[in-house]
Amino acid sequence: MFRRLQPDDSSATIYFDGRAIRCRPGESVAAALLAAGVDRFRTTPVGGAGRMPYCMIGVCFDCLVEIDGQADRQACLVPVADGMTVRSQDGTGRFGIQ
Amino acid sequence: MTHLQRESCELAIVGGGPAGLAAATLAAELGVETVLFDEQSAPGGQVYRNVEANAPRHDALAAILGGDYAGGLALVRAFRASGAAYEPESAVWQVAASGKVGVSRGGRAYLTRAQRVVLATGAMERPVPVPGWTLPGVMGAGAVQTLMKASGIVPDRPVVLAGCGPLLYLVAVQLVRANAPLVAVVDTSAATLAGTVRAALPLLPAFAGDLAKGLSWIATLKARRIPIHKGSRLVVEGTGRVEAVTFDSGGRRVRIATSLLLLHEGVIPNNQVTTSLRCKHVWNVAQAAWRPETDPFGATSSARVAVAGDGAGIGGARAAVHRGRLAALDAAFRLGRIGRDERDARARPERTALAREARLRAFLDRVYRPAEAVRPLDDDTLACRCEEVSAGELRGLIAEGFTDLNQLKSFSRCGMGQCQGRMCAGTVGRILAEGLATDMAAVGHYRLRIPVKPLPLAELAELGHADRNDKPVLEVADGDPSQRI
Ligand SMILES: Cc1cc2nc3c(=O)[nH]c(=O)nc-3n(C[C@H](O)[C@H](O)[C@H](O)COP(=O)(O)OP(=O)(O)OC[C@H]3O[C@@H](n4cnc5c(N)ncnc54)[C@H](O)[C@@H]3O)c2cc1C
Ligand code: FES
Repeated sequence: MFRRLQPDDSSATIYFDGRAIRCRPGESVAAALLAAGVDRFRTTPVGGAGRMPYCMIGVCFDCLVEIDGQADRQACLVPVADGMTVRSQDGTGRFGIQ
Repeated sequence: MTHLQRESCELAIVGGGPAGLAAATLAAELGVETVLFDEQSAPGGQVYRNVEANAPRHDALAAILGGDYAGGLALVRAFRASGAAYEPESAVWQVAASGKVGVSRGGRAYLTRAQRVVLATGAMERPVPVPGWTLPGVMGAGAVQTLMKASGIVPDRPVVLAGCGPLLYLVAVQLVRANAPLVAVVDTSAATLAGTVRAALPLLPAFAGDLAKGLSWIATLKARRIPIHKGSRLVVEGTGRVEAVTFDSGGRRVRIATSLLLLHEGVIPNNQVTTSLRCKHVWNVAQAAWRPETDPFGATSSARVAVAGDGAGIGGARAAVHRGRLAALDAAFRLGRIGRDERDARARPERTALAREARLRAFLDRVYRPAEAVRPLDDDTLACRCEEVSAGELRGLIAEGFTDLNQLKSFSRCGMGQCQGRMCAGTVGRILAEGLATDMAAVGHYRLRIPVKPLPLAELAELGHADRNDKPVLEVADGDPSQRI
């Protein structure tokens, strides 16, 4: 879906639902996941529909994921750190949709 | 992570875009003890996001983003040199009328007491509720531009841009420069080419540069043979993710297959903080958005709080700088650093510059009326993305006799999800106004409570001694519809 213009910068690794993803230190978790082709960050609590980031600036909350054990983090606002563990959210409170 | 948690400051500025940067720079120069809080990790705001890292590289990305973007570097450098303190990655979740600012940084919440607060929280893209807009693969045009600025990431699969406004065309040109597979632009504005030209004539020669830039964007798209359709009644198609967009154009229905659909109908003020403070707001008809009511220096109806930049009504990045400086001058005056005469004398050139920008803005507002975003919604369109409430459900409730926005909210749960109504406030207000055959000013908008940013309970609990008597809301004036927020 997306490609990197500066691929050499990808020196960090995060884990999304167990999968290793190379990314740029300091970029947002949402950017890292989108660059790795993830298009389902969570499912909605009511209809179970898949969602992916819509706004990238912290207003829509469609990017909610679990980060290092903490649920409901806004992936577009949290910077990646090497070794971070990220899990997709299923509705509210249950994790790992894929 | 440890960092200094400030207990107090003279002036707290929320937001590090052009308005906040200009305000902080000038306030610090005038001797005001100033702290700027921003939830991003680097200064620049939406428009100049990550400019310190990108502009000096002079690489492909810098070329894609263009000269206007790189121009933001000067503002950031002046701010860095000004002596104002900078608190990045710091989300402000409350501003109380007493000046107490609630900040969350690195998983810790704390309170700072400020004598004066300037909110420079900028704008967000106007939500564009069309059928299917919640499907993965549908994003804001500014959202994808944010990916470019922040991470040097560009689409590599077919992408369609739909909507209106200068930012739509800027993003189109940036995508083209990045060799992203831009399939088409669907322009939803109601303005005709002839009408636009007529409206633009009085702006010559004062704005020749801006108008030439706009024309050069269109020329770039034409040279690359990117089709520009006039379109309306957008529908997003797809199962599980976007597959195509369809729209009415020239009397027929057009369908374009795509893997990314970027919607954009202009930007609206990001006014959660002033809303939670119950500042007086006014419905801005020309921009189809609420804005806090302010005096010429940006002061709101809350005694310690001013607003600068797009958060006070959309004015653009250049205007944001002047509005930031006006707010800083007023803060320096109120804090006793300069006298009234000096404030007013120094305000004069800023006002002249602002008046100039206002002419261009009036033109943009007229040409880029958000047609698609304000037309009546189809019943099956989700108005509230979080709680998945459709326009039809809301209409049903209104037909049953609901007449109050907050009543509608409690009953349907629209606006009660994680986004706290940021994405649906305007839409639900519009459906209610339509249903009651009245206008937006009469229906008012959602009441909003602190924290205005998600604050994990653990962080709140750690705050412990938070002052419970420090009431965050102003007295609510009776009978003023905008106070129904
Ligand atoms: C996604 C997007 C992209 C845009 N791109 C362009 C562009 O390329 N060119 C252009 O001319 N205009 C662009 N605009 C329009 C643009 O926002 C403005 O004209 C300009 O940035 C306004 O400046 P500002 O200083 O008022 O606010 P902004 O630049 O928006 O800055 C506001 C800052 O406040 C911070 N903030 C908001 N709320 C909080 C909080 N509660 N706590 C802490 N920090 C907070 C934000 O992180 C942000 O850094 C864009 C708008 C959006 C929404
Ligand atoms: S993408 Fe909208 S809040 Fe993160």
